[in-house]
Amino acid sequence: MRSHQAEGVRKTVTKTIFALMGMFAFAFALVPLYDVFCEVTGINGKVSTSAQQVLSNEVNRDRYVTVQFITRTSAGLPWRLGVETRQVQIHPGQMTEVDFTFSNRSQSASWGRAVPSVSPSTASAHVRKVSCFCFQEQRLDANENLTIPLVFQLDNTLPEDIATVTLVYTLYPLEESNERPIVARHMNNKNGEI
Amino acid sequence: MAPRIPLQSPLQHSDTVATAGGVDHHPSQPTGWRRWLLTTNHKEIGTLYLIFSLSMFFVGGIFALVVRAELFQPGLQLVEPEFFNQMTTMHGLIMVFAAVMPAFTGLANWMIPLQIGAPDMALPRLNNFSFWLLPVAFTLLLSTLLMPGGGPNFGWTFYAPLSTTYAPASTTFFILALHIAGISSILGAINIIATILNMRAPGMRLMDMPLFVWTWLITAFLLIAVMPVLAGVITMMLMDINFGTSFFDAGGGGDPVLFQHLFWFFGHPEVYIMILPAFGIVSAIIPTFARKPLFGYASMVYATAAIALLSFLVWAHHMFVVGLPLVAELFFMYSTMLIAVPTGVKVFNWVTTLFRGSISFESPMLFALAFVVLFTIGGFSGLMLAIAPADFQYHDTYFVVAHFHYVLVPGAIFAIMAGVYYWLPKWTGHYPNETLAKWHFWFSVIGVNLTFFPMHFAGLAGMPRRIPDYALQFADFNLVSSIGAFFFGASQLLFVLVIILCVRGGKPAPAKAWEGAVDLEWTVPSPAPLHTFETPPVFRQIEK
Repeated sequence: MRSHQAEGVRKTVTKTIFALMGMFAFAFALVPLYDVFCEVTGINGKVSTSAQQVLSNEVNRDRYVTVQFITRTSAGLPWRLGVETRQVQIHPGQMTEVDFTFSNRSQSASWGRAVPSVSPSTASAHVRKVSCFCFQEQRLDANENLTIPLVFQLDNTLPEDIATVTLVYTLYPLEESNERPIVARHMNNKNGEI
Repeated sequence: MAPRIPLQSPLQHSDTVATAGGVDHHPSQPTGWRRWLLTTNHKEIGTLYLIFSLSMFFVGGIFALVVRAELFQPGLQLVEPEFFNQMTTMHGLIMVFAAVMPAFTGLANWMIPLQIGAPDMALPRLNNFSFWLLPVAFTLLLSTLLMPGGGPNFGWTFYAPLSTTYAPASTTFFILALHIAGISSILGAINIIATILNMRAPGMRLMDMPLFVWTWLITAFLLIAVMPVLAGVITMMLMDINFGTSFFDAGGGGDPVLFQHLFWFFGHPEVYIMILPAFGIVSAIIPTFARKPLFGYASMVYATAAIALLSFLVWAHHMFVVGLPLVAELFFMYSTMLIAVPTGVKVFNWVTTLFRGSISFESPMLFALAFVVLFTIGGFSGLMLAIAPADFQYHDTYFVVAHFHYVLVPGAIFAIMAGVYYWLPKWTGHYPNETLAKWHFWFSVIGVNLTFFPMHFAGLAGMPRRIPDYALQFADFNLVSSIGAFFFGASQLLFVLVIILCVRGGKPAPAKAWEGAVDLEWTVPSPAPLHTFETPPVFRQIEK
């Protein structure tokens, strides 16, 4: 190979290796970018994972929206998640409280977490959760039952074509950990104050 | 069955060698198996790639025949459902990563230096390394079938969490195998880009390159862009399985849908990696046997580039049913349909090249013509699948199986076979036995259509893919598909026979083996000597 060719090859190889490393980093960068994109556009049915302020107390009495609750337990966690009612009719802007009950049906303590999802996904930006068990991990002793309320509001800007909003909670098992604060108990104590 | 490339002294190598005292580059040329293990010659490495690919084509084919044998009639007859799932998965993985991709890399190794007038690939030792990674990768992958819990059973798309939380214990080996195969592809792509951009014969501009070189250049850029993404995805899987991360585990804050986005961001360009070089081969063969220059050379180049760019914008059409918002469904539906435009340009150009040509129907031309017709059928079923609301019905049915087998078998694989028949005279110095080659062609065409055409009907009627048993109303279509599959599989033995006979002898081929052939590879003797173009040819003088 002639020397100017060798030089050209060296340059091309250097450039392609940089491109390769860039694309490998890009693949990992897509993980946080995906979350940001979903949060900004609200197209993934994901809702905020921390408590939100109530924007306005103005209730639109002319409009009813059906809110449905679906709870599921994934494999590997001997828990049940119950809800006091499967469906409520509310007005946009109206503050609503619904009790959810966690039951550990095994003979040992375990950790779990309820992961929320909203359908249709375009409604997710309009669901404002003031308080939710899904913000924390829960620990349940053997055969323990734990009732925690969900306090939420559908804001007034909810698109007109949405008549039904479904909130889905899926329970996932977590590894035992001593480092986690026992948040659920803490919340349970404050139950009456919310 | 490897073409025996005779070792000749440098002065005999090519008619363009004129320098006195041509240097012997290999004073201690290894012989026997060490010759093949240590070779840095692009022709020998190309041959290794092609032999490896052909062997894996049969391994993957046997897996497909296990699947087809089980589906011959309803009910569970031959294999357990768990093993059936391993067979569908391994069939896909082997055919994609070990048969089609190495075959194109092998053709690139053999033909790109010859077509651009370069003495070898830019990085010969890297070339050796990237080939020998492949047997390692696929020995590892195939060995998972013997491991406790079996091999990968989650489909070639290995969607998480099926491939992480619910996967067999051997999945870590699957990830390692795919990493090694990916590194091999990446190194091959670096080599091809470096060769094409730096080692063209003096006077050959980019827009003078044969289309096989062009399509491979664009394919190599696609590989550079998406193989690292695949590496990233399987690294995330590795960490989810072994190191407690939660990239794709909803319980830990991850998202299974993210896996599908990342996978198809790799996976859709990968589909074009498997078809663009095929476009290049067909664009070489059709003008040769129509005895006319290719119609619309520049538009072919731009159409290839357009397909490559669009391939990055359409990935979510594989995910219409995961619950995408309407705006995303519409975007991916229209961007997918847009790909039909540059593809249509290509088909138009091939047909127009044939128009009023002096066509003869030798075996490479037969395969190339079948490619144009049958690939277009696969393209049309792709358009049907692109319609998001219709895809809700077609998704994960045999209609999808029919679609991608039409673009991959009579698409990519027929183009590879066309290329093999076209270039065998250059590789071996003998024409392949035309009678046997024609039998191989007609058996293959009948077998392919018998196998895959009924799958359209089974799919439209609602038969899901990846199932070992099915409802009775699909029995007739599956019976026909299975008969076709065994017919097609058996007729590929004829292909092996033709190649072996051609390597051992046959009608001697001149340097320009086909009357209408024009590219630089036809200026070196047949069989091509081990070293060619050590003094670069002057492109203009030969071509114009």
